[in-house]
Amino acid sequence: MIEEQNIVKVGMADLNVVKTSGIIRTTGLGSCVGLTLYDKNIQLAGMAHVMLPSSDIARDGQLNIAKYADTALPELVRKMTELGASRSRLVAKMAGGAQMFNFSSGGDHMRIGPRNVEACKLFLEEYKIPLLAEDTGANYGRTIEMDCISGILFIRSVQMGKKEL
Amino acid sequence: MNLFGNLEGFKMDVLKEVGNIGAGNAATALSQLLDKPIDMAVPKVQILPFEKIADKVGGPEQIVLAVFFRVEGEAPGNLFFILTPEAGKGLLHRLAGIEASDEEFFNEMEQSALSEIGNILAGSYLSSLADFTKLSMTPTVPGLAMDMAGAILNYGLIQFGEMGDDALLIDTTFLEGKEEVEGQFFLIPDPESFDKIFKSLGVPLTDD
Repeated sequence: MIEEQNIVKVGMADLNVVKTSGIIRTTGLGSCVGLTLYDKNIQLAGMAHVMLPSSDIARDGQLNIAKYADTALPELVRKMTELGASRSRLVAKMAGGAQMFNFSSGGDHMRIGPRNVEACKLFLEEYKIPLLAEDTGANYGRTIEMDCISGILFIRSVQMGKKEL
Repeated sequence: MNLFGNLEGFKMDVLKEVGNIGAGNAATALSQLLDKPIDMAVPKVQILPFEKIADKVGGPEQIVLAVFFRVEGEAPGNLFFILTPEAGKGLLHRLAGIEASDEEFFNEMEQSALSEIGNILAGSYLSSLADFTKLSMTPTVPGLAMDMAGAILNYGLIQFGEMGDDALLIDTTFLEGKEEVEGQFFLIPDPESFDKIFKSLGVPLTDD
């Protein structure tokens, strides 16, 4: 797909950016959401691997801001504007938020995937960042990578093969 | 809060023994099903960052077959029975006489048979734990998935995600002969279950 050049990896509950050349990747998204932002003019791509919808539930201790939708998005925007992105140019794409196992019953945490997706959308709306495309939900895992030159989001899954957004 | 600050070696040993008893029972059940001796490795108890947990089964993108159970009762948690897809086919063949289709994915009947095998093993794992700790622990209906290990295991870490970036994992590998083909049990107790387990086993709680 893309030759192995300057790959920036984003771990679980982690975020990062890549500029001018290279790709940014996160692997094995299940109920987590891979949220990406892109500024075409300066070829800057950012990605967050969001695990939970809201930091409200975080217990005391150090807050990992990349882990929650409500804190990861502001941080990603901050990081990208610091590198010269314009907030009005930012566009979003996202993938993940699956429900890996289907249960007829089960508590709220069983629905964590869809809740993560909803939360990401809510905060994108609040920041007035248009969501250009998404591949979310269903019951399978995804690996995603964004090419910072084209802003294309590549999605790989075991069941559905490859996709481009 | 430091989730694991008080888990000194002694407590880790207690958790290892808990894993040992559960997995021992499951190994016996599997051995009876297969009519073949099944060994198991000594359980490992580890506190691992989320990132590292999928490495235990070959990395986040490794394709695995997993039967997942939410453990309900007095010491809740998450339980995974994880196999390679090949080991899953082997089990189907030997236990149910099903010659798995060549297709990449398991069909509905195969999935149902695999869930049932997982169910039997998880049931024996948990019932021995419940006997040992005198705490109620029952599995929910099994959920089955064949997918990237990262995506699957992540599902069992949500409770920990609310508290930190590490989880405690009791990991036991089954062995048949010299080959590690039979699969792995991952028990990830919810954070609040530790104290209950220790308490019921008479382990003094030194923390506040």
